[in-house]
Amino acid sequence: MSNKLPVAVGIDLGSAFTKVIALDEEGKVLQKIIEDTDPYTEKQAGRLLDGITGGEYHRVSIVATGYGRKLAKRSTRAVTEISCHAKGIFHEMGHGGTLIDIGGQDSKVIVISDTGAVLNFTMNDKCAAGTGRFLEVSANRLKIPIELMGKTALEAASEVKITSTCAVFAESEIVGLLAKGKPVDHIVRGLARSLVLRVAAMAHSLHPPKPFMLSGGVARSPAIRAFLAEALGQAVELPEEPQIIGALGAALMALDIHKGK
Amino acid sequence: MSLRDSLMYHLNVSLLGHGALRIQRIKAQMTMNRQGWWHHEHLNPPPVTSAWLKELISRHYLKGRWITGTQKVAWVTSGAPIEFLKALGYYLIYPENHGAVCGIRRVGDEKCKVAEHAGWSRDICSYARTDIGTILSGKTPVGKLPKPDLLVCCTNICQTVLYWYQVLAQQFKVPLILIDTPFLYSKAPEHALDFVEKQIQYAIETAEKVAGVSMEPKRLRHVTELSHDAVDLWNRIMHTGRARPAPFLAFDEFIHMAPIVEMRGDQATVDYYRALLAELEARIKNGTGALKEEKKRVLWDNLPIWFVVRKFGNLLASRGVALVASTYTNAWGELADLIDPHHPIESMAKCYIHPILNRGTGQKLQTMKTMIEDYEVDGVLLHSDRSCKPYSIGQMDQQSILLKQLGIPALLLEADHNDSRVLSWEQSENRLQAFFEVLGV
Repeated sequence: MSNKLPVAVGIDLGSAFTKVIALDEEGKVLQKIIEDTDPYTEKQAGRLLDGITGGEYHRVSIVATGYGRKLAKRSTRAVTEISCHAKGIFHEMGHGGTLIDIGGQDSKVIVISDTGAVLNFTMNDKCAAGTGRFLEVSANRLKIPIELMGKTALEAASEVKITSTCAVFAESEIVGLLAKGKPVDHIVRGLARSLVLRVAAMAHSLHPPKPFMLSGGVARSPAIRAFLAEALGQAVELPEEPQIIGALGAALMALDIHKGK
Repeated sequence: MSLRDSLMYHLNVSLLGHGALRIQRIKAQMTMNRQGWWHHEHLNPPPVTSAWLKELISRHYLKGRWITGTQKVAWVTSGAPIEFLKALGYYLIYPENHGAVCGIRRVGDEKCKVAEHAGWSRDICSYARTDIGTILSGKTPVGKLPKPDLLVCCTNICQTVLYWYQVLAQQFKVPLILIDTPFLYSKAPEHALDFVEKQIQYAIETAEKVAGVSMEPKRLRHVTELSHDAVDLWNRIMHTGRARPAPFLAFDEFIHMAPIVEMRGDQATVDYYRALLAELEARIKNGTGALKEEKKRVLWDNLPIWFVVRKFGNLLASRGVALVASTYTNAWGELADLIDPHHPIESMAKCYIHPILNRGTGQKLQTMKTMIEDYEVDGVLLHSDRSCKPYSIGQMDQQSILLKQLGIPALLLEADHNDSRVLSWEQSENRLQAFFEVLGV
């Protein structure tokens, strides 16, 4: 944490987590916050931004993104996650390709040009099966801490096929599998596979250019990373901090605004 | 025809109705001609001719309310040949158009639910469910729909109509004419044209029997002429969207298309479109666009999402995005050249076998490519319509081909033309905002 005041702030108000990044004039990260998204999102955004800017809004450009972006009332501009993720990942990786972002409530695939522009994108529609929520629901039912699901899946000796592609129905399917005496780790492995196949199918619909990159909170799961590489037939590149890519992109856009670009 | 029905019709429609609607139109036009009446942040005022449209549609449904016993009534599919019915004096109801009215008035869901409660699956087209729901509930925003004496179903738009109209035939116990149009993957073969022509001839015989009158060739030629003129004018109206800025948007076309669909073959439709075209041409001359500031231009594919047409229009307008054309409204104009009043039946067969939905997806893609070029669009909005599979099939490929071959981005939006329960507005708006960012606005 720095005492220096930022000139650009990106705030990503996601469905599960809220991420904030503050940059100085040179684009150096001064501060980074990740916390659970509060049901009172507007208040939360206000508190975070008040804190990070010291209330000196006139000196700072702020770009808000994520589902709650319209609730960040002090933001200079609201931009969708698509543009912010593209900007953030291009900055981090230095090249174009296909970004797969698996967030709490949605998953998206973004095709990015060699210059960092968004060429095409798609998002999951009205279904949580390919999202973090799917894993959350499953973890809850299986009574496994969500952060251990990836490790458990990778270490499982076998895999149960989860046929359901609906997050809600998957829960009832899990109950059925448990009743049949299927080991929990086999089910966990099947769940990770199910999520990945769903997302990979979405990616293939765009005829995605290589290389593949992965972001979003779900990217923290080693099983998801491994299975995704398997489904796509090649390695998936990972930024250092996949969860903050959207907020970083927003912060970089804010820096552009600050510099009058 | 009973004397009482005839008297009631003339009193309510010819005397009172027409007069009242004309006064309403004159009043509306006076308001629209007054300076400072229009207050919209992003849109310029609509054409003054719009007031006439309201009169036309209201008159059509008012007529339907009192028509029983005075004129024969046929219910027809939106792509059915109707010139022979008009020539035989039928009054026409288009359940699909009525469905659109229900959608715009946001009562589509309510009708669908009635049909669903009666056992109809939610997977059936929402127009069909709206229609069945209307019949079962007896309620409609247009007052009353007259019962049909005849049903005419043409398969050139989808196969659902085949079963839908069988249900209607059972319900109303009236004859059903089926015109089966073989699907086209390339040029229409002679035997297919011959097949459709023979069916139209048979349809005319059936319609004559039901109406109790014989076809007058002169009358059929006249109606075909009016149809041709209306389609030609409609085409020219849509082409005004090629101007920069576009004086007329596809959102306007969605509303102004009502006469070309349900009043084709009427003199009033020709007169109305002629006036509208003149007004739009004057707007082009003045450089008046539909949007106050037109930044980007996009093309629409598939049916409109009726229950959010205005909301959608406002969203696009707020970003300076002009929806300059649509493959959907284009379908009622692109075949103008095929209509030949001197060979009405033969040309009817040729025209009604060629609608966009009766041709392969490759031909649809070609139509889109031509429109992208003609209207100089920057992007395409593909409505993946849950209720219209024939229109939605192939859109994923079309999306990637347009991007790869023309560098034109296209957005796939999942919704439904009449069932608002299928649309998630928040998610759709989010996608649209992201698409606008891709377009650079």
